[in-house]
Amino acid sequence: MNFPILTVITFVPVIGAIVGLLIPKEQEKTIKWYSVAVSLIPLVLSIILWVTYDNAAGGMQFVEKVPWIPTLGVTYHVGVDGISVPMIFLTALLTTLSLFYSAYTIHTRVKEYFLLFLLLETGMFGVFVALDFVLFYVFWEVGLVPMYLLIGIWGGQNRLYAAIKFFIYTLVGSVAMLLAILYIYFNVGSFDILEATARFSQVRPFMQNFTAVSLAFWAFFLAFAIKVPSFPFHTWLPDAHTEAPTAGSVILAGILLKLGAYGFLRIVLPIFPEAFSYYAPAVGVLAVISIVYGALVCMAQWDLKRLIAYSSVSHMGYVMLGLAAAAASLTRGEAVTNSAAMALNGAALQMFNHGIITGGLFFLVGVIYERAHTRDLHVFGGLGAKLPYYYGIMAVTGFASLGLPGLAGFWSEFFVFRGTFAIIPIYAVIGVLGVIFTAAYILWKIIQYMFLGPFNEERWGKLTDMELFEKVTMWPLVIFMVLFGIYPTPILNLFNAATTALMGRLL
Amino acid sequence: MTLAQIIELLLPQLILLITVLAIFIADLADTRKEKGWAPYVALAGILLALVVSSLHWGREVALLGNMLRVDRFSVFFNGVVLAASALSVLLAISYMRPRTPYRAEFYALLTVVALAMTLAAGANNILMVYLAMESISITSYVLVGYLRQDAKANEAAIKYFLYGAATSAMMLYGMSLLFGISGTLDLKELADFFAAGVPETSRWIAFPAMVLLLAGFGFKTALVPFHQWSPDTYEGAPTPVTAFLSVGPKAAGFAILMRVFITGLPRFYTDWAALLAGISIVTMTLGNLVALRQSNIKRMLAYSSIAHAGYILIGVVCLSLSTTSPFNGINGAMIYLLAYLFTNVGAFLTVIAFEEATGSTTIADYAGLMKRSPWLAVTMLVFLLSLTGIPSTGGFIGKLFVFGAAIQVQFYLLAIVGIINSAIAAFYYLNVVRYMFFTPAPEPASPVPVPRPLRWVLAVCLVMTFVIGLYPQPFMNLAAGGAGLLASL
Repeated sequence: MNFPILTVITFVPVIGAIVGLLIPKEQEKTIKWYSVAVSLIPLVLSIILWVTYDNAAGGMQFVEKVPWIPTLGVTYHVGVDGISVPMIFLTALLTTLSLFYSAYTIHTRVKEYFLLFLLLETGMFGVFVALDFVLFYVFWEVGLVPMYLLIGIWGGQNRLYAAIKFFIYTLVGSVAMLLAILYIYFNVGSFDILEATARFSQVRPFMQNFTAVSLAFWAFFLAFAIKVPSFPFHTWLPDAHTEAPTAGSVILAGILLKLGAYGFLRIVLPIFPEAFSYYAPAVGVLAVISIVYGALVCMAQWDLKRLIAYSSVSHMGYVMLGLAAAAASLTRGEAVTNSAAMALNGAALQMFNHGIITGGLFFLVGVIYERAHTRDLHVFGGLGAKLPYYYGIMAVTGFASLGLPGLAGFWSEFFVFRGTFAIIPIYAVIGVLGVIFTAAYILWKIIQYMFLGPFNEERWGKLTDMELFEKVTMWPLVIFMVLFGIYPTPILNLFNAATTALMGRLL
Repeated sequence: MTLAQIIELLLPQLILLITVLAIFIADLADTRKEKGWAPYVALAGILLALVVSSLHWGREVALLGNMLRVDRFSVFFNGVVLAASALSVLLAISYMRPRTPYRAEFYALLTVVALAMTLAAGANNILMVYLAMESISITSYVLVGYLRQDAKANEAAIKYFLYGAATSAMMLYGMSLLFGISGTLDLKELADFFAAGVPETSRWIAFPAMVLLLAGFGFKTALVPFHQWSPDTYEGAPTPVTAFLSVGPKAAGFAILMRVFITGLPRFYTDWAALLAGISIVTMTLGNLVALRQSNIKRMLAYSSIAHAGYILIGVVCLSLSTTSPFNGINGAMIYLLAYLFTNVGAFLTVIAFEEATGSTTIADYAGLMKRSPWLAVTMLVFLLSLTGIPSTGGFIGKLFVFGAAIQVQFYLLAIVGIINSAIAAFYYLNVVRYMFFTPAPEPASPVPVPRPLRWVLAVCLVMTFVIGLYPQPFMNLAAGGAGLLASL
């Protein structure tokens, strides 16, 4: 394994963006297809990565480690395990689909848009591969700038407000994280994530100063919970997701939210197990509130895009619940380890599933908005007969979102609740309410208000069904929803090996 | 020490002096109006001095009866202030040409400030400190008011002068108090005097003396509450001079502040550290909060410059004696100043190019700059992100080091105030980004021309901002010279 596959995956997009500067901005078509082509390289490589990752051996693979700032002990250290491999694939897939979709729908300032998108892709890959805190932090913030510009330039009416709100929220979290990273450095003597993990699981030096550990834990929590986002840090999300251009919302919901959840899995749980298990009830409460409150707010929305944005708050709450359950299990001994691993599997799987499902839903919002120029659920109705293909795809994606057995969303919710129930049953019982509300808003709000009921022939008579490029964008996502709904084993095996190893280390 | 050795160590200063004289004399001899050679002579002299000074790297000697030191600390700061001067010369060429006929003198005066700043970087005696500071100040007053027909520039110069005169009188009083109790002006002897078990009552003189000294140092570095001159002066001064003031004399002021307090008054570390910590918090917070409300970009950058002085102070406050840790505080302040130099000059460069093209310094007029001049807008974006402290730029490395120093000595309050302030600062930096990228350009959206000397500066600043941000190791080695100061503690 001499080919530095992770470095290539990470840096191909940004190099592509720099080279792309040479294309004159008038040649919009060239820029569009050039960007799609560039994004195909990491997509192909991420498939190779998934196929060649040796799950039996487990652990970090494809590791590259080069000194970067020797005096500080900062290294360029990258590697992947069973959790990051599917996330990298998800990133590559959604970026390619977004660029492909945007190639047909973006008509203003084309060059900037596509090059920023590639820059954003590098930032996201970087977070999933980084094994050094400084490197992690650099990538974490690098993705912030292009997303800010994407929302601010190509967003909806309220885009200026949404863009700055997104930026400031994330920045507040990340500067807090920076202090926590420095705190770890002065306790471990290194910026290496794996070293910190190993050191902390063995000697647990933090236990001597629980106040300081708690501060560091909450600093990380703030950074990641804002990104996830967990109640009460979620208020940037509806604005950003609603105002962002379609592909921007897809990436926001599909991947950027996962960066926060990934941070919990990669950093908070392994490095602060005591603090996390101590505060697990609080985190669990926030998770349950996110699930139930998010779903209830969805039911009150009349803007389709805003509804789906809030559904992210609710669905990412499952991830947080799984994490809280796993953390809570640490004080219970080995009896519940299996359930903890199951909860974590559910959380990780939910990260992936939410990416493809909500990514798909945002594409579908884009499809109707391009035609109707409104997202107001009051004005639709009876579209099912007029747009059968759209109806079908929306129904599948919506059902996947509400956790219908046979589609991908079911498994992640099932595992989260199965794991949580064995550890902190009351949270699971309340959290399950969210599933009911989800079914309610998907069926009542989306399916009923859009596709059933009387059809307004006068207003919507000229609507056309999905174009080929829109279908092509949705096919891969639908395929994964069905595939992982029927047979989730390939991805579960990856997650399971990683989470079992993690729980084994922590106990 | 032989005369030859002294001359060799003073060579950078001598080169600058010769450059100044050469420009003055040639100015008299040359009866033509253009004087296009003047900036390039100044530039050549400054760069030569920079090179010669760099060759002194690694030396640790005092000369002229301990008046001046040549050590790694002074060489580092010579590099910073001379680079600031060289970049400012380039910034001024196209700006000054249409505005004043007396151009040669301008560059000669700028070189005088450069000379005074190199003396400040090495000053090892209270008297030398005073002389260097006054030379910087008096020449700077002239530079600020150089465009005499401009009423705003006159106001700026008068304000600058009045504040400067008052604070330097206070500083001088503080110096006289120190001399009164110790009987020496030499920093090392001062430290020895206080270390030798003087009665506790000496603190009652030393503390007010330090406060008074801080008035002078705080004036130069624009620390609250000695900052009030800076917004008006920054706004009214010719923009290249503003850029220069925000990086050159500021760095020199910090060099003096660190050397006087660390090598001269280590006995009272807890006193001045507490004092500086308070000033740091107030400076960051006030600078950032007021910057939020500015509509003029020069004033905004003035308040931002005040805020950055507050961050840099964190490094001075949180110095630690651990020789093994890479976060000793002093190197944080040094790297911060270096990164800030290139970042801020880069930001001012955009301001200058824009002002030359449109005559405006209002932030709202930057609307649609991305459409008018994409390269200028994108580089400005980089500089603003660096000022915000976003990783992969030099500004992040500076913040990493000063916050690291604060965490190391467990001064969490300072670190937390610092990060809250960085988040506040993002608001007003991104406000400029908002206009440049999100707001449509006014018609006709003509491009903003960037004269050739400015392009060189732009290239240097952009490259250095990224190099410091992505590969800071060499600069950390340079800043390690700061540890030499700490060794004397």
